[in-house]
Amino acid sequence: MKKDLLKIANRRFSSRLLLGTGKFSSPRVMRKALEASGSEMVTVALRRVDLKNPKDHILSYIDSKKYLILPNTSGARDADEAIRLARIARAFGLPGWIKLEVTPDLRYLLPDPVETLKAAEILVKEGFTVLPYINADPVLAKRLEDAGCATVMPLGSPIGSAQGIRTRANIEIIIEQARVPVVVDAGLGSPSQAAEAMEMGAAAVLVNTAIAAAENPAAMAKAFKLAVEAGRQAYLAGMVSSSHIAKASSPRFL
Amino acid sequence: MNFNQIMEAARQETLKHFGRTVQLYTPLYISNHCINSCAYCGFNRRSEIKRITLGLDQVLKEAEFLRRQGFQHILLLTGEDRGAAPVEYLEKVVRAVKELFVSVSVEVYPLSEVEYKKIIDAGVDGLTIYQETYHRPTYKRVHPTGPKKDYDWRWGAAERAARAGMRKIGIGFLLGLYNWKYEAAALAEQLQFLLKNYWQTQFQVSFPRLNPAETIFKIKYPVSDQDFIQLLCRFRLRFPQIGFTLSTRERAGFRDKIFPFGITQMSAGSKTYPGAYALGIRSGKQFEIADRRSPREVARALVRAGYEPVWKDWEKVLV
Repeated sequence: MKKDLLKIANRRFSSRLLLGTGKFSSPRVMRKALEASGSEMVTVALRRVDLKNPKDHILSYIDSKKYLILPNTSGARDADEAIRLARIARAFGLPGWIKLEVTPDLRYLLPDPVETLKAAEILVKEGFTVLPYINADPVLAKRLEDAGCATVMPLGSPIGSAQGIRTRANIEIIIEQARVPVVVDAGLGSPSQAAEAMEMGAAAVLVNTAIAAAENPAAMAKAFKLAVEAGRQAYLAGMVSSSHIAKASSPRFL
Repeated sequence: MNFNQIMEAARQETLKHFGRTVQLYTPLYISNHCINSCAYCGFNRRSEIKRITLGLDQVLKEAEFLRRQGFQHILLLTGEDRGAAPVEYLEKVVRAVKELFVSVSVEVYPLSEVEYKKIIDAGVDGLTIYQETYHRPTYKRVHPTGPKKDYDWRWGAAERAARAGMRKIGIGFLLGLYNWKYEAAALAEQLQFLLKNYWQTQFQVSFPRLNPAETIFKIKYPVSDQDFIQLLCRFRLRFPQIGFTLSTRERAGFRDKIFPFGITQMSAGSKTYPGAYALGIRSGKQFEIADRRSPREVARALVRAGYEPVWKDWEKVLV
């Protein structure tokens, strides 16, 4: 059987779990969680990285041979700020992949669709591989795809809220229509919710808070790894659709 | 919910939104000249203390000292004296120190919108402005003379700063001036108002508590440790995504015990008078600090509690 790989832009990944690096109690705890998760792609907030002090910063704990580092533009309020952050990341030698986050709403950290699209168009032209964080808006997802984004990353529910997939109907449409991998990002509070996203046909999920803030982050990372694999396998196996009408498990022919 | 359940819920909410991290910052007093007569404050114009407004080279020496300690977020403070520390002076200081830090905040006398714009252009990304008390009769009593008498001008400062484009704005009241439950309700109301109208601004809340040991000022409405924790937890549950600040006014042991229930930023190694860090000037203090640990000791205590001390959480291009 052909190996089931996640393909984003020109890279292939065997793990479908992306990890965020914020909110951990220490870089060492983070590193252990990364290992346990089996993830191959981790996102790092540029605002937390001290690029001038390579020994001290969070990146020194992430083996760039094992993990693709996906710098994110967390903190950017508009397209201009996000673009400047992306350029800084590249200037300091990070790979040209960028998780585009434009969140002018600092309370719920919901993404600005207008500014995200604007920034994505410019960054794609500048040669970045752009993975935009968006609300679960199918039209916006298509617009970003047309602009040349490598994925779309719709939120399940607000960041850190652990509410799971509250945007199900729209994520289903996004997945149905997408030509690029759909990564469900934000709001996944438990492994079962991650499995649910995978069962729906998401190409991958991104998890941070649920792992970083758990009592035992490494063990929780492992739990998410298994859930993502289970959800993916269920999706590939072709799930029976749920129904409100009882069906006999041994069909009778009258 | 009983109180233990409230505390646990507050801890969980904080974990959800901020994870196991606490950001560290430190205050840098640049002037203690003041023409107000706030009854509770060491800078009260009637206090016979050594007054000084630091020159640029002096500010830089202090700033470099703090930078060497690891700080990347700094809070510049003054009293209220536009003669000694005018807005142009603030601008100059900010332009000088911003090269050393990723984030420069100020806690200064209330400015006009145009003036806030000026200091933002100079490089300020955060403002702290406490109402002190939301109870007007008390406000009047403890601020008898000077420009600070004007309750509404102070109340409007956060809004003027937000309109000018200030990124982060911290508000709060001084615990001990009036009934804390009344104050908490009024603070929540102001915060709600600001969140609705300035949705792109990052608001923060502090809970500075008057310390009976620090002052001869009679604290009419003392806030016990238990009350303090209750206030903190209830605010956390009411505003899960808002950052809360805890200063060195509180004792080391108390800070270590309560921060998980809502605190997201802490000051450390603070001194509350100009010239205190590197210059060795013994000028008059604004208030007495209770947590005298060094920044490294505070950071170590956070690590021991299973939290990461965050020294950098901003990028200059975001200003």
